[in-house]
Amino acid sequence: MTFPHLQLVQLSRPSTIPKPVIELIVDGHQVTVPEGTTILGACQKLGIEIPTLCWLETLAPVNVCRVCVVEVEGARVLAPACSRTVEPGMVVQTRSERVNLTRKLVLEMLASSTDLSTAPGLAEMMTEYGAQPERFGACETVAQPVLVDNDLYIRDYAKCILCYKCVEACGEDHQNTFAIAVAGRGFHAHISTEFAVDLPTSACVYCGNCIAVCPTGALMSKREWDLRQEGNWNESKQTSTDTVCPFCGVGCTLTLHVQDGEIVKATSPLDNDITIGNLCIKGRFGWQHVQNGRSATQMAADAAVPA
Amino acid sequence: MRNGARLYVIDPRRTESAQWADVWMGNHIGSDIALSNTMAREIIHAGLYDKAFVANACEGFETYTASVESYTLERGEELTGIPADVIRECAHTYATSDKAMICWTLGITEHHDAADNVLALINLGILTGHVGRWGCGLNPLRGQNNVQGGGDMGAIPNKLPGFQDILDPAVRERFEKHWGVALQPNIGLNLTEMIRAMDCKELTALYVIGENPAQSDADAHHVTQVLEGLDHLVVQEICMTKTAEMAHVLLPAAASWCESDGTVTNSERRVQRCRKVVEPPAGAKDELWIMNEIARRLGKELNVTDAETVWNEFRAVAPHFAGGMSYARLDEHQGLQWPCPDENHPGATFLHDRLWKQGAERGMAAPFTVVRHEGPVEKPDAQYPFTLTTGRHLDSYNTGVQTANYQSPLFRGETLDLSPEDATRLGIHSSDTVRVTSRRGTLVVPARVDRSLRPGVVFMTLHYPDEAMTNVLTIDASDPKSGTAEFKACAVSVELVNTATLAAVR
Repeated sequence: MTFPHLQLVQLSRPSTIPKPVIELIVDGHQVTVPEGTTILGACQKLGIEIPTLCWLETLAPVNVCRVCVVEVEGARVLAPACSRTVEPGMVVQTRSERVNLTRKLVLEMLASSTDLSTAPGLAEMMTEYGAQPERFGACETVAQPVLVDNDLYIRDYAKCILCYKCVEACGEDHQNTFAIAVAGRGFHAHISTEFAVDLPTSACVYCGNCIAVCPTGALMSKREWDLRQEGNWNESKQTSTDTVCPFCGVGCTLTLHVQDGEIVKATSPLDNDITIGNLCIKGRFGWQHVQNGRSATQMAADAAVPA
Repeated sequence: MRNGARLYVIDPRRTESAQWADVWMGNHIGSDIALSNTMAREIIHAGLYDKAFVANACEGFETYTASVESYTLERGEELTGIPADVIRECAHTYATSDKAMICWTLGITEHHDAADNVLALINLGILTGHVGRWGCGLNPLRGQNNVQGGGDMGAIPNKLPGFQDILDPAVRERFEKHWGVALQPNIGLNLTEMIRAMDCKELTALYVIGENPAQSDADAHHVTQVLEGLDHLVVQEICMTKTAEMAHVLLPAAASWCESDGTVTNSERRVQRCRKVVEPPAGAKDELWIMNEIARRLGKELNVTDAETVWNEFRAVAPHFAGGMSYARLDEHQGLQWPCPDENHPGATFLHDRLWKQGAERGMAAPFTVVRHEGPVEKPDAQYPFTLTTGRHLDSYNTGVQTANYQSPLFRGETLDLSPEDATRLGIHSSDTVRVTSRRGTLVVPARVDRSLRPGVVFMTLHYPDEAMTNVLTIDASDPKSGTAEFKACAVSVELVNTATLAAVR
């Protein structure tokens, strides 16, 4: 007996139907990309650098920081490159005078009200756009004490630029825990747990996926924060090596950051399909069992070796 | 799920996953076969099974149909505690979905009929044609980072590397030729069989690598007793454990995941590289070094000093399985899923597609297996009226060797979790001290009232054996096919010892 229609059953993953392509011009260069691509995506294809703060390839764009704005010919306002999708015949300027001025102003306003000292790449960005936050004088800042309410990570909201990345990572985009959200309005907007309770009382599950996406170091592992406080955090002396988490069977890649022979931080690469940069509490913080003064001599001493 | 998938969670406890589910099916502990058989009968009677797939690829359908005939929806409800219409709805949704998968973990396998539980799920998968296609399948979610890899490499009693059968003379001959030694044509002992063999002194020397059986195995009093009765116990460990404390010879080892090189295989059969990131503490040796030294003292120079050489030998003896997985390719692709027979193979995202082919291409038929509901070995009775089931907390791991010493804010130690109904009936509040007793042992532990539990079910973990050794309670009844003990069900009694003081409650 044969079953001719069995041959019609789709076994492998259905191949994605190629999308129609769209042609546009960015900074005078013609580029062709699939429909649905963002201006940022088209720029990346051309090798044109666009600064971003609230954007990350593993998160849905939230369009809040405005540092990625570009000028689209014929449009009244500047467009956020991270979320605006391309249209046929679009003509885009990424470094027009208007764009440069806007990025400069955005950076100045952020830097005049928040502490960007631990934000990777920010100093270079400020120099490139000639940002002078001091011209705003002594304006109101969000200076506030660092929240240290558990042993795994700290929250320093004086460094928070309200990019929403942590909220998205904790919520719908990754962890689905919803322990944090934006509370307040206007200048008083801030990231908060429910009813502003401390983390151990909140719904937090300490996956640290918020730390992984934070662009300014407002969220930081306690170990890194302690070393920085002591003046002993030194990235130029650190190595980072990929291995696999020792706990469950998901097999998350762990990038272990090592300084002076000691693991000081665990992250996971964004381009790994298994969890696109996400970990759980055990993966991100549970590596201490290989340190903690573990020693073979102590083991031998502890062993009740029978005569 | 945000793309429209429906999730049915079958669990005696209303876990966090259950709270995300479209439907939570809270079944009686150990009623999994009854549920599978009831679903199968409903699917067959409603004519929703994949007739062409079953006719082409399966065997034993008539016998199977007859065997599930008595599992009516009403009987299913009686045996599982899940309302008949919910079982019916789940069966229809599973059978009529274009793609559906069944995932499970230790709730299926830590039972005395573990293999039968799995076979019951396989029956459902082949009945509906939800196997051998992308987006379908039967997926055991592994609880440890290399439980799959241990099997891959032959660290199971009945298989050689690459799941090759040790009883097959042709297989043995190939290995004997490769290794230059004669192999025993016997199946070895699994863990529970070893414990029995130690008990009757057939097994007198034991070499334990990276495991803590004194605390992790069921019926701990008994396990400790048999370990103490050994003539010789060698323990190779990364840090001090209860089992290591009992060793005659202790071999301090490097942690394989970050102080040594090698590979692990995850739940989706993806082989990934582990790398040496830090130096092991002074005196702790790489496990490969230890193996070489032991071989030398036994009179054989292995001279295998790096993990890649070991891996390449594995590729050579199991070419159909891992021939295409060089270290270079594992690096390039961030791991590859077996089987991956040659260097141009992209790895297999799913298995068993041959079952959709016809004639010789199909190969061996997929057999239905007749399995019957039995329920747990120990059923609650007047003296031990509760069923104790064990599991894990998010932030902890097994007997706590790797997780007891990091500062988790979620850490809450061992408790006996019980339902609000039982707590009210017994006058127990959270933080009160209770005595939990089974036929094998007894312990005292704080109580915790947990709304995710239903009356009659109590829950503990295995994470904090120094506070409360849960395994003195568990039963060593084990599955004859897999050797897994029934950690998920034993009968216990619970009594109030001390009411917590107000200070302790706070």
